[in-house]
Amino acid sequence: MLNVSHIDAFHGSFQALWDVSLSVEPKEVVAIIGANGSGKSTLLDSISGLVHPVKGRIEFNGKNISALEPFHIVDLGICQTPEGRGIFPDLTILENLIIGSYNHHARPKKAHNLKKVYELFPILEERKAQLGKTLSGGEQQMLALGRGLMSNPKLMLLDEISLGLAPLIIDELYRALKDIREGGITILFVEQNVRRSLTEADRAYILEAGRVVLSGNADELREEERIKKAYFGA
Amino acid sequence: MPLVMGILLGGLYAVIALGLSLVFGVVKEINVAHGDLVILGSYFGYAAMTMLGIDPILSLVMGMPLLFGIGFLIQKYLLNRAFRISMDATLIIAFGISIILQNTFQLIWTPFPRGLTTSYALKSLALGPVRFPFVYLLNFVVAIIVMLFLREFLRRTYLGMAIRAAAQNRKSAHLMGINTDRVYAFTFAIALAFAAIAGVFLGLTFPFTPISGMPFLIIALGVVVLGGLGSIVGTFIGGIAFGLAQTLGGHFFGVAAQMLVAYTMVLVVLAVIPRGIFGR
Repeated sequence: MLNVSHIDAFHGSFQALWDVSLSVEPKEVVAIIGANGSGKSTLLDSISGLVHPVKGRIEFNGKNISALEPFHIVDLGICQTPEGRGIFPDLTILENLIIGSYNHHARPKKAHNLKKVYELFPILEERKAQLGKTLSGGEQQMLALGRGLMSNPKLMLLDEISLGLAPLIIDELYRALKDIREGGITILFVEQNVRRSLTEADRAYILEAGRVVLSGNADELREEERIKKAYFGA
Repeated sequence: MPLVMGILLGGLYAVIALGLSLVFGVVKEINVAHGDLVILGSYFGYAAMTMLGIDPILSLVMGMPLLFGIGFLIQKYLLNRAFRISMDATLIIAFGISIILQNTFQLIWTPFPRGLTTSYALKSLALGPVRFPFVYLLNFVVAIIVMLFLREFLRRTYLGMAIRAAAQNRKSAHLMGINTDRVYAFTFAIALAFAAIAGVFLGLTFPFTPISGMPFLIIALGVVVLGGLGSIVGTFIGGIAFGLAQTLGGHFFGVAAQMLVAYTMVLVVLAVIPRGIFGR
């Protein structure tokens, strides 16, 4: 479904990705694991078209998307919920959700998707008239996920959805993610919490200083010595 | 008397400032050509009246789409490219547009003052003991209609919501599939359609010359500073506050001091509430 092959990309004037390759199959949940500054967000931004790789190729369903603008990529069915959630602070919850359905494929399905989002996160319906900035961090993350779903995506890119949130809320978000997955949406997510990533994902890629240093099935990676040493301190 | 005049005059100032406020709030550009573009609207109304014999207000049917188109092209082909370099570049381009417009006005219409003299513009109304020009009331009504229209447009349409979203978080707007370059071009285009309206009602109210743009730009900046950037209600209140300061200042300190009073008030507001009355 998604094929990233041998890309180099820059974050500003600094090269953040070196010869990175990655693939995601339909209905998979794939994690990208790495420390701060390992290039995870630049990788997602490259897929979203916010950053154009200087080398290599990104394909989505067989189509080369490396040079496309973000609005084309959203139209093709890839959405990203960015790190820090990127809620529109002075739009209401409902307006934040509606703007998620801005692309032409999503507009006709607006009512249908809105109903699904409200089923997934009832709190968003209760607070639909409130401004985005009045929500708590966890609620904002729900809104960001809901807004992503409104774009009627085939592939969702999630950047650090658990960052700075309480464990109970994180559990709730990951439960929602399971529902989203069962709805047939493919997920590629970035996470700093290694244990969590390897429990939730089918497969994972480990990024270090902008390079893929390890990849494989999540179950196997859990047993991998290097991971245990580096991340679990065992 | 100065109270009523000030409030009504504020309506005209609000319409003049609206496009400036919209562009600043969304695209973050200070369009220093805004005053001259408003005067372009005035001259368009003048041309329609003198050459085609069309009423200036009716000529907006053509003037608004014309300025809308000009605005779309300016933002798409000049300013969108310039602000990838820096915001200073957009400022310099806007100065260039301003100079080109002023010289074009001089060439076509000479430096002689013009006015949109119509029968209704000269009428006056009596409100009890107060007499005021009919066109002042017209300005005020138009201001309210224009502001309500903009408010509903920004709230109810996809494009309106996209304009607000792009103003609030550009990266997220991209991720929602919004083509921000296109949204900025539409924003500038809408701002200029409002400039066309402002130009005609300005011309019905005051005489204008090729260099009238600058004083009205400065008034518009004052209005926007008073009301708070990017707020429609703020622009309206800012316009009224500015109009009142001017007419009351003129009443108590003499006509020569009216602008001094208005700008002193702008400075005081800046010092006390730097974000303006309705600023975020």
